[in-house]
Amino acid sequence: MEFETVIGLEIHIELNTSSKMFCGCSTEFGGEPNARACPVCLGHPGVLPVVNRGAVESAIMLALALNCKISERSIFHRKNYFYPDMPKNYQISQYDVPLSVDGWFDIDMGEYERRVGIVRVHLEEDTGKSIHVGESGRIHGAEYSLEDFNRAGIPLAEIVTRPDIRSPEESSVFLQNLRDIAVYLGISDCKMEEGSLRCDANISISVDGKEGTKVEIKNMNSFRSLRRALSFEEERQRGVLNAGREVKQETRHFDEVGGETHSLRSKEEAFDYRYFPEPDLVPLEPDKEWTNDLRAKIPELPQEKRKRYESALLLPKEISSVLVGDRALAEYFERALTEGQDPVELGKWVSGELLALLRQESIPVEECRVEPSGLANLIKLVSEKVISGKMAKDVLREAFDSGERPEEIVKEGGLFQISDENELVGVVDDVIKENPMAVSDFKSGKEQALKFLMGKVMKKTRGKASPEEATRILTERLENQA
Amino acid sequence: MKEEILGKKAIEIADMIKKREVSASEVTGLFLERIEKLEPELGSFITVCAESAREKAKEIDKKIDSGEKVGRFAGVPIAVKDVLCTKGIRTTCASKILENFVPVYDATVIERISEASMIVIGKTNMDEFAMGSSTENSFFGPTKNPWDKERVPGGSSGGSAAAMAAGEAPWAIGSDTGGSIRQPASLCGIVGLKPTYGLVSRYGLVAFASSLDQVGPMTGNVADCAAMLEVIAGHDRRDSTSIPAQRNEYLEGLTGDLKGMKVGIVSELSGDGIDEGVLRCFRLTCEILESLGVICEEVSLPNFEYALSSYYIIAPAEASSNLARYDGVRYGFRARDNADSVWEMYEETRTGGFGQEVKRRIMLGTFALSAGYYEQYYGKAQKIRTLILRDFEKAFERFDILVSPTSPTVAFRIGEKVDDPLKMYLSDICTIPVNLAGIPAMSIPCGLDDGLPVGFQLMGPALSESLILNVSFALEEEIGFDAKPQTFRA
Amino acid sequence: MAIEMEDVEHVAKLARLKFTHEEMKKLKRELDAVLEHARVIESIETEGVPPTSHAIPLVNVYREDVCEPSLERDEVIKCAPWAGEQGFMVPKII
Ligand SMILES: [Mg+2]
Ligand SMILES: [Zn+2]
Repeated sequence: MEFETVIGLEIHIELNTSSKMFCGCSTEFGGEPNARACPVCLGHPGVLPVVNRGAVESAIMLALALNCKISERSIFHRKNYFYPDMPKNYQISQYDVPLSVDGWFDIDMGEYERRVGIVRVHLEEDTGKSIHVGESGRIHGAEYSLEDFNRAGIPLAEIVTRPDIRSPEESSVFLQNLRDIAVYLGISDCKMEEGSLRCDANISISVDGKEGTKVEIKNMNSFRSLRRALSFEEERQRGVLNAGREVKQETRHFDEVGGETHSLRSKEEAFDYRYFPEPDLVPLEPDKEWTNDLRAKIPELPQEKRKRYESALLLPKEISSVLVGDRALAEYFERALTEGQDPVELGKWVSGELLALLRQESIPVEECRVEPSGLANLIKLVSEKVISGKMAKDVLREAFDSGERPEEIVKEGGLFQISDENELVGVVDDVIKENPMAVSDFKSGKEQALKFLMGKVMKKTRGKASPEEATRILTERLENQA
Repeated sequence: MKEEILGKKAIEIADMIKKREVSASEVTGLFLERIEKLEPELGSFITVCAESAREKAKEIDKKIDSGEKVGRFAGVPIAVKDVLCTKGIRTTCASKILENFVPVYDATVIERISEASMIVIGKTNMDEFAMGSSTENSFFGPTKNPWDKERVPGGSSGGSAAAMAAGEAPWAIGSDTGGSIRQPASLCGIVGLKPTYGLVSRYGLVAFASSLDQVGPMTGNVADCAAMLEVIAGHDRRDSTSIPAQRNEYLEGLTGDLKGMKVGIVSELSGDGIDEGVLRCFRLTCEILESLGVICEEVSLPNFEYALSSYYIIAPAEASSNLARYDGVRYGFRARDNADSVWEMYEETRTGGFGQEVKRRIMLGTFALSAGYYEQYYGKAQKIRTLILRDFEKAFERFDILVSPTSPTVAFRIGEKVDDPLKMYLSDICTIPVNLAGIPAMSIPCGLDDGLPVGFQLMGPALSESLILNVSFALEEEIGFDAKPQTFRA
Repeated sequence: MAIEMEDVEHVAKLARLKFTHEEMKKLKRELDAVLEHARVIESIETEGVPPTSHAIPLVNVYREDVCEPSLERDEVIKCAPWAGEQGFMVPKII
């Protein structure tokens, strides 16, 4: 028997519009429960929804980025089911006539690429949030629940993939790519921990090419748990099949603590959503001009950017991944690049030293006090051997802390590297004279001694000696002595 | 003074107040007095806003006295169907589930009448959530027809209609999903207009069937109807289905000149199933139309036969979804706090909070949308709707307007149909096609049968309110219907 | 084809309504009567007829993405049958 894992994802992205999908309440995250609610998003009697143009624009941009066709006419439906976090006990969503259909997206898995079909990208509204009060803090064993409707009505883009994904790793890569796209488009923060990016999965195992039974997995709250949940489920289903039993069609919940999926049984579940066209809204018919304008607004997306970095700028994969993975960092890099320094060198500095400092201090790159041009100038000083790499690191740290420009720090501190042969020969000779023990150690073959002597040279020059030059002269002089 | 005001049009009362011939307080006081006197027997109101109405009247009087600017119909009281949200005033929809619900916002229509400085004198009785044709399905008890208190006033806007007929208010507001303005207007001998879908904002109108609901005037005469429509019609950005049209000057359009007009008499609505007495009045009215230089011809709209069936799928389906929000969580009635689970709380709240007819329609609508039945029922009904629209379109190619009786019968007895839903549903047979097509229609009184009023329905193409108002105006003049129920003279 | 008792039960559950067995039987009869009447529409030829969900065809009605003030918190919960300072309270969900 040949098993193949078949995965399809259903992803919800909270759009970062200013106001909610159908009312003027703010979408800001956090805050007092029920502080951002109005009659419309609370589902008071008599209220009516009005579509947020900004949300439609965001969803169209996302759909275009995923190579989807924008429907000439789409409508909203009502999805009817009762749940305490749903103000109207129906969700306004799109059903058989969605905003966009039929897209695709290629993910890069290193050794191979995988094309993942996109069934649809559509718009809907988010629900509120139930806070379970009781000892466990979880839904089971709660004594009662508090309903917070701050989130109710926040616009969501729902992305449904075809079952084209073949492994938990591919799922995770797809989701990360999708997140990168949404962040590049500026349409969502895509923070899984805040729930602005949520992912459910359908997973089945086909046996000898024959379609398997689909199991839906819910409650995967990080990229890691997506991978863990799907790996667990993949193994579980294979186990069931190997034992000659059948996989049951069901919805399973991922338990973060145990790393397992559990059957989600609820006697209250009744899957009959009674979809019908939302009579309070009218159809969306985005005209060509509008979609073209939105298409023009789409920036260079991460995948293209990575390709360009690697083929045109010759950045190694590790560096391009780091840069592209963070839109703001890539923007920083590209601004520094305009100063005409070597891209690879620049990439190394941005993704290495600078990023380390940013992370250490938890400062977003947008607030970095070292200007891109400042970093470029610093690298220029290194490449011209005005200062050493080591000195540059110290200068960067100082510039990072003080906000002073790196070239100013170098100038003011007199931090020019000593590469002058005559000056260095004097220092080296002094060091040889003052350290006979080390010199004889060197002569008897102890390599360590060279490092010791170099240290002395650096100390005497207060770190300003060009390491390469000083090493060359020192070795030369020691060998000449022999 | 009292009699003088009572016989006046609302717009005339407005003039008198403006000219300070009578104060807003006096007018409000007079109607409140009548309400107090008649209510125990009639039950037209769920909530009477005596205090706030008197206060508002005083405010307006002060403004008028000091020459401050006031709205167009300043100081004229108005009765509002209890289906429109009024900030700070209980809005119940005649349901136990909203028995103590006080909205935090005003419906757009309420905002507009407030801008016109009109005074909400009370919230009128209705069938629960506007589901019914007799106002018997009210948690607060039935409304009696002022013409005969053994009989129903029609519904669902029966409270507004009865209040008008009994002189408890100079004008009133109703809502119409399948005939809920026109049929009670017909049964109570007043004027009622259901505007084009989208002409009047639905924001703040508690939804029954969203694609059919419209708010409209219920008045004692055509001029008042036109005047009130001017106040409440117009685009509202809070209602996505609101038509971005220019507002019309409906009053100005009342010229009474009908020469050269062509009127179609709908065959399907003027024969079988219509009471003889009603038909007699209807035919006479058509003859009057002809005497005014109008050409009347029969016209068949064959798909009308299916209108009722289609309506009784679509309306309950939408209602089943619209009424899902009454669950005891955010507002309204809750059965008890100590239910074992939220699911149990839902069931107990909804089962205990809704009346029988509402539950029946929720069940019907839920069924029509449920898996496996959607195409057969809801899907099909939506297509029939298209056929009915096409019938109208075709007819309006030949005729300026169409006419029919408003209701197949005069006011029926309380309790007569309440146990036979289908029989009750047939009361709306003449009015329903109009809602399905979204076009405007109105009912005007055209005579009496056995001492009970008969209504004449005029239907026009979308946004032809001016036209049907003008035809009604001419007819009103010519018919000279001035009968009033005994109650009115009380 | 009459509606099955099972359908009535399923629908009641979907609608979150509770009925006694007697009420269910009565409902079944009433629904049957209305649906029987509605069945006339089943036989009508509607091949190629588009459905109408709005009689007045409007499209592209939007609001701009601009925030408007929300309700004060006490206004939000003042209508609620059961609410704490934090918000609406409901009996346990499972
Ligand atoms: Mg969804
Ligand atoms: Zn809101």
